[in-house]
Amino acid sequence: MNTELLMQLVVNGLIVGTLYGVVAMCFVLIYKSTRVVNFAQGEFLLIGAWTCWWLLMKFELPFWFGFPLTLAFMVVFGIALQVIVLRPMIGEPIISVIMVTIGLSIFFQALMGLLFGHETKSFPQVFETTSVNILGMQVQSAYILSMVISVLVMVAFYYFFKYSRTGLAMRATAFDQQVAQSLGISVKHVFAAAWAISAVVSALAGIVIGMVNGVSSALSFFGIKVFPVVILGGLDSIVGSVIGGLIIGVLENVAEFADSQWLHIGNLYVIAPFYALIIILMIKPYGLFGTKDIERI
Amino acid sequence: MSHTATQSEAAEPLLTLNNIEVVYDEVILVLRGVSLEVPKGEIVTLLGPNGAGKSTTLKAISGLLGTEDGKVTRGSVQFMGEDIANSAPEQIVRQGIFQVMEGRRIIGDMTVHENLRLGAYTRKDKEINSDIEMVYNYFPRLKERTGLAGYLSGGEQQMLAIGRAMMARPKLMLLDEPSMGLSPLLVKEVFNIIQTINREQGITMLLVEQNANIALKHATYGYVMESGKIVMDGTRDELMNNEDIKQFYLGGGEERRSFKNLKSYKRRKRWL
Repeated sequence: MNTELLMQLVVNGLIVGTLYGVVAMCFVLIYKSTRVVNFAQGEFLLIGAWTCWWLLMKFELPFWFGFPLTLAFMVVFGIALQVIVLRPMIGEPIISVIMVTIGLSIFFQALMGLLFGHETKSFPQVFETTSVNILGMQVQSAYILSMVISVLVMVAFYYFFKYSRTGLAMRATAFDQQVAQSLGISVKHVFAAAWAISAVVSALAGIVIGMVNGVSSALSFFGIKVFPVVILGGLDSIVGSVIGGLIIGVLENVAEFADSQWLHIGNLYVIAPFYALIIILMIKPYGLFGTKDIERI
Repeated sequence: MSHTATQSEAAEPLLTLNNIEVVYDEVILVLRGVSLEVPKGEIVTLLGPNGAGKSTTLKAISGLLGTEDGKVTRGSVQFMGEDIANSAPEQIVRQGIFQVMEGRRIIGDMTVHENLRLGAYTRKDKEINSDIEMVYNYFPRLKERTGLAGYLSGGEQQMLAIGRAMMARPKLMLLDEPSMGLSPLLVKEVFNIIQTINREQGITMLLVEQNANIALKHATYGYVMESGKIVMDGTRDELMNNEDIKQFYLGGGEERRSFKNLKSYKRRKRWL
């Protein structure tokens, strides 16, 4: 058994897993505060990455300018999407809302293909990439950077929801919309804020991945990977999405290892998370951290 | 002359409902012309049986009616000279009306402190932290509770709901059945605190209650509702001495005390 390879894959898994965690957090944020299952989450990554790439390549903006500009665009994009497409859907059956987000997903994927083509395009070199030696393992500095950014995003989420006025308002809205309104919280604003934050952070993740792997429609696959992650972690748990992300990330890579060493099925890497998804749905449908309401009369 | 002028100014009500009609889902008529006045600085109570429309009246004032597909279709809700009927709840909170909803409705997966901070959501001043301390002074036992608010006892949750309302610094507090599900001793405690807050903070209260005894004990004026209408109103003493009120709401009255009636009542009850 090749222990060194296994270790390397586990480390890779943790790195990818934190990214899954970040994207899953964005998904959970929308689900928790607006009860919309957003099938277009992966396209947020795609749109963010392409926008940034476009600004950097086409207009040759420096990264420090193009990057914030992309995030600003994503804020507007997230709010516009919520106001124009999803606000009219409030009160409609959940299946209609799901169909709308699936439609959005297909629409944006095709639109991005139309605008930017289907080949993978690489980002301009923003940071020096070197290999760093950690505990005898070679890890690319870009991966470390992505992990650091992911962890920073998670910490920022924590402080946002724990201490900021808007964060508390979003939690209150997620808990009980009528109570939130009785406290003077505008539910409309909270919904728009949830989509804006989700779009921005997803775009950030998209850019990070784009810088490492290049930008292509494969980015939107992250949006599908989000499902095993959030089902494992619990659909409405931010903490669960982080832990679920790490577990699925590692699981993928361990499956890859097992496949290459013994099973030789091929592509187990891609399928394993979805097997996990089915198993979780059978034995623990609420996930690891899904809500168990505190009931008290 | 000048004396009567100041008196009428003082008597200028903070809130006036003029003949309001409320319809749910565009078809169900719930309030059929409710008029009432809440003078500044007082505790006014709204009594009545289940389904009379007491909670609906409060929601019509606080704007929460809109969250339940209800609408004020006629009449006006005057608060400090402005018609606020059908305004968005967040605007009404900013104008100084805060409703403590029935069943307390605190946010169970947040701490006591976070719940209190949310009460001050519409405020942006620097005194929020000192106000939290003030709430703890009124409700010392809340300060000891560091866990999630969902694990508080019913009485503590009610106290938290009232404390949270105080955080918004409202001019008018609407209380929907603060006694619900509390032991008699706790009901007494909660109502004493409500009266203290009214006196010390100058917050006007409109109180909906099933427990007419305790409500009339603390209120200065009362209204009685039945099937969507105000059927009676009067000062505390007028209502407490009214035979009908005694019989239906206070559990007393001359006839009920008659031995014969009591016996038949008891006999019937045994069969149930």
